[in-house]
Amino acid sequence: MRHAFSVRIGPVGFRIGSDWRAPIAHLETLYRDYPKPLDGVPDFTVRLFARRPWRRFLRPSVEIGGDYMLPEAAPLPLRQGLLAAEMAMNLQMALGARRYLLLHASAVERDGRALLMTGVSGAGKSTLATLLAAKGWRFMGDEFVLLDPATGLVHAFPRLISLKNEGIAAAQAAWPDTRMGPLLRATPKGDIRHMVPDARAIAAMDVPARPALLVFPRYGFDPETRSVQPGEAFVRMTQASTNYVALGEAGFRGLTGLIADVPAIAVDYPDGPRAIEQVEALWADL
Amino acid sequence: MDISVYRAPPSDGLLIAPLDEFTAVYHRASGITHLLTDPAPQILVAVQDGARSLDALLVHLGRDYDLTDGTREALAARLEELVEAGLVERA
Repeated sequence: MRHAFSVRIGPVGFRIGSDWRAPIAHLETLYRDYPKPLDGVPDFTVRLFARRPWRRFLRPSVEIGGDYMLPEAAPLPLRQGLLAAEMAMNLQMALGARRYLLLHASAVERDGRALLMTGVSGAGKSTLATLLAAKGWRFMGDEFVLLDPATGLVHAFPRLISLKNEGIAAAQAAWPDTRMGPLLRATPKGDIRHMVPDARAIAAMDVPARPALLVFPRYGFDPETRSVQPGEAFVRMTQASTNYVALGEAGFRGLTGLIADVPAIAVDYPDGPRAIEQVEALWADL
Repeated sequence: MDISVYRAPPSDGLLIAPLDEFTAVYHRASGITHLLTDPAPQILVAVQDGARSLDALLVHLGRDYDLTDGTREALAARLEELVEAGLVERA
């Protein structure tokens, strides 16, 4: 393709090709401190392309594709090209990953042990991971946690942090010097801004951690924590995994192992600072 | 009268992971995960040791697991569901 960029995020190498320069320029800037794919060979290829040649110029809209495609995926306007690239990379992971059980969750690490947070879009996964990282936790990822069924360890996938709506200001306040992508207004998920994870997260991205706590956060409620029974946690995590079925027996072993080893807690919270207190208290009680 | 005899699928056909009141069971042949509650997990364990008739299972579950509230008909229905799912076979 006309423009291309390669990057490694955690154990996964990507090559992104594009009909336009702009999304690639954003990726080059924001991922400038990341390594290249191991041996130069990407695991996944992503394409950002115009469906018709004139669509490169006339109301340019970005179709996303690659090794794995969703036929119904709607194209995005070119000004949201960075979002299209990130969505396409996520899509390849979600549909193609086989080495790891993919959990749609954010994760932070302390003392070699990982805190996993999972929930629907808007629950606060990304914001909480960002705020915890500002308090000394190591950021491991805000979208996917990679669980190795053979070892039970989780691997980091610290891609750009996808902040949404109120989360943007909260993260900026916690990380005033961080580098950010362009503010993308009125995307299908509201306002989105991509934030570069801190240097420590990138430097340590090859260091896995042992899961120690699983949290189901819920934003906008009075503070409350309650234990989630293993059966419920198992079901919620099968739903939070994009490749549980594809992994078959390995997925079953990985997930039942995680549920058996790690307490699961639902955390309702009214705002970021309160959530941090609640999570720190749970961590201290482990 | 039901003279069926029930047994487990071929060896290692199932992975069983007790969670709480639910037990997760992975069925290797289909790749499907089932979530089971009493008395289904106990039935799976009972037929692992060898084929059993409905009446033998009724006695066994009542004795070892105190699952005495179920009737013969209810147990037959549970067994039918397990056969349907491939988790138990009719010998």
